This record gives sequence, C-alpha cells and structure tokens, in this order.
Amino acid sequence: MRRQIPILITTIAGLVFAISYFIPHDPFGESESIFGDWITIVQAFAVWLGALNLLKISFEKISNKTADWPYAAIIVVSLMGTLAIGFYDGYSGMAQDPQVSFRDPGTNFDWLYRFIYTPLSATMFSMLAFFVASASYRAFRARNVQATLLLIAGFFVMGGRVPLFDMMISPITDFPVFSWFADWIMTYPNTAGQRAIMIGIALGIMSSSLRIILGIERSHIGGGSG
Amino acid sequence: METVSIWIAAILTLGIFSFLYKDNPLYKACEALFVGVSAAYWAIVFYFDNIYKKFYEGAVTAEEPDYFLWIGAILGLLFLTRLIPNIGWVSRWPMALIVGATAGLWMVGYFVSNAMNQIGNTISNIIVRDAATGFIAWGETFGTLVILVGVLSGLVYFFFSKEHKGVFGATAKVGTWFLMVTFGASFGYTVMSRMSLLIGRVDFLLGDWLHILR
Repeated sequence: MRRQIPILITTIAGLVFAISYFIPHDPFGESESIFGDWITIVQAFAVWLGALNLLKISFEKISNKTADWPYAAIIVVSLMGTLAIGFYDGYSGMAQDPQVSFRDPGTNFDWLYRFIYTPLSATMFSMLAFFVASASYRAFRARNVQATLLLIAGFFVMGGRVPLFDMMISPITDFPVFSWFADWIMTYPNTAGQRAIMIGIALGIMSSSLRIILGIERSHIGGGSG
Repeated sequence: METVSIWIAAILTLGIFSFLYKDNPLYKACEALFVGVSAAYWAIVFYFDNIYKKFYEGAVTAEEPDYFLWIGAILGLLFLTRLIPNIGWVSRWPMALIVGATAGLWMVGYFVSNAMNQIGNTISNIIVRDAATGFIAWGETFGTLVILVGVLSGLVYFFFSKEHKGVFGATAKVGTWFLMVTFGASFGYTVMSRMSLLIGRVDFLLGDWLHILR
C-alpha cells in the first residue's frame, strides 16, 4: 500500500507521457492533457507545502526559544503579512469591475514586489559577484594546459563583455579584438563543450527516467517497508 | 510615498550588503525577511494561477465543470499530509505522479532536444557557403569543424567504459581542453551577469536613492 501504489502511479504517469509523444491521439493525447492539469494543481500544493513547512519550523523555533528565534519571528510575520496582502489584493481585485490582478501596478502586492522582494533578491544575487571574483582569483592560475585554457576563455569572455578592453587596444587597431574573440569563443568552442555535456546529460536522463518508470529507482518514494 | 518606498528598498539593499563586512543582525533580519516574503509571494502566485484559475474556475464555477480536476486537487491536498507525521506517507502518491510524469516527459523530450537535435546540428552543414556568392565561407566552416572536433572529443572524454590510453586517451585529452574552455566561458559569463546585477544595485543606491547619478 505504502510503496506499491506510488510505484504504480509513477509507472502509469511515466508511460502516458512517454507514449503520448509517439501517439498524440486519444486516449494518450487526452490522458496527457488530464495528467498535465493534475500536475499544474499538484505543483501549487507543493509550493504551499514548502511555505507551510517553513511556518511550522519557524513556530517551533519561537516556541522553543532556540538561538536566533527573533529571526524566525521575522519570517513568520513577513510570510503571514505577505499572504494576507496577496489574498486581500487577489480577491478584492476580482470583485472590481473591470477585474484587477493582484500583480497589476498600483496594488499592495506589486509594492511588496517592487520595494521589498526585488531589492532583497537582486542584492542577494549581486553579492555573488564578490564571492565569484575571489573564487576566480584562486581558479584562474595557469598551472597546466587545461587551467590556462580556462583562464584565457574566462579572461576574453569577461573582457569582451565590457567596452574598456576594446578601448584600451584602440590605439593599436580599430578592430574590436576582445569582443570579437569573446563572441568566437562563445559561438564555437563553448558550443562544442556545451553540446558534449548536453548529449551526456540527455543520455543520463534517459536511463534514469527509464529506471524510475520501470520501478527500479525508488528513492523518490522514500525508505521504509511497504 | 515613493520616497518612503525607495528609502525602505535602500535600507534593505544596504542590509544585505552589510554581510560583505561580516555576518551581523541587520543582515540576518533582511535575510529572514527575504525568506518569508519570497515563500509567501510564490505561494500567492501559485494559488491564484494554478489552484484558483485552473481548479476552482475549471471544476467548480465553470458552466461545464471538468470533474477530472478534482483528482488533481485531492492529490494536491494529499501532499499536505507531509506535515502530519502519522499519515505523511500518503504524500508519496502526488510525489509519484510528479516524478513519473517528469520522467516520461524528459525521457523522450531530452533525448530529442538535447541528444538527437544537437547531434544533427553538429554533423550537418559542416561546409558553410556564403548565401550571396555561393563560395565557401572559410571562417564559419572552420568554426563548424571546431564544433565537430569538440563534440566528438568531449563525448570520448565522457566515455568511461574504456581506459583513456593511446589514441582514445589523446582524443579524450583534447575533449578536456574544449570542456575547460566551456567552463572558463561559463565562469566568465556568470561573473559578468553578477556584475550586471551589482551595477544595477549601485545604480539604484546612487541614482534613485541619493540622486548622485542622474
């Protein structure tokens, strides 16, 4: 019951989607559409599971007064507040004539997105520039042929993306050496390496998917006896 | 209101940047705020886009309700049993649906787009001709040959069932050169994209907030 039914669901869902590629007619074409709708709905509940789990863990931290519990309180307040604003804007917008989406400019939810979510996420990811710069200082050392190629490719791709390097070389030649070479690296050797990796990944995904559909790979349904 | 909003955004931006000095309470508070807001943001987006529009409007308020959607909603609710330890195992059913469907979709999809199409693009049109004159375009032809050699040698490197010795080993070594160029290019590209984000934030602080840049 605990293992057999999930394996059966996995196999049926996998087969329906795989076969519908080759036979896009009923019943497989219709089944793919039905399964697709289910997955769209289930995905939304999966996101809600994550949010509720975060809430549960944060409440536990607050009630147990663990270290850093005030930050868990900030998570709870910001999560509940955003949910309240989102639901209010969503339902009140639908009641208006014409209807207004909760994401439309001028809504409270849009304000949250523009002045809270975007600054926080953009700054969080922009900080990676500093860490990547320090990582490149360690990685870009010409110790052997491979490391030298890594260094040259990285140097030209970075140099070719800013006008400074082409300007520096302009007294010698008008030809934009850095940006041309960066484009050449991205178009040819980079494409070659990417394709080799992509083909390898595709073959790996094929074999893994086959193992999942045939019920050989069961890690997604957890351990324990059935 | 706009000024207050920009001040809030600026304080949050500086709060995150303060981590560059060292871990501190302001950064932790901003981080916790980011976690809470982003979790709720996506929960709301998925609720209205997927649950309300797809399920509620399709199965409950529609003139011709699609009763099949109820199965999706029930499976979705079963996902939430994960939060209740005693019956948490039931959440394996919707998980099985997602994993199975993804496996079926990717098994064929990835093979066609990432293997067959890539192989086709690599081995076809190796000799490129100028569209206007019909003569061989030597520069682009050299480029397609570079791609052919790179893909073949890269694939040889990934073939671990045979020991990398002799001609096979030499080809695999050429494959590693191409892979290192790819990694270097990807690294450089990532650095520049992060730099672009950083410039955006500095532009916001110096332009929108402090009005130093105009």
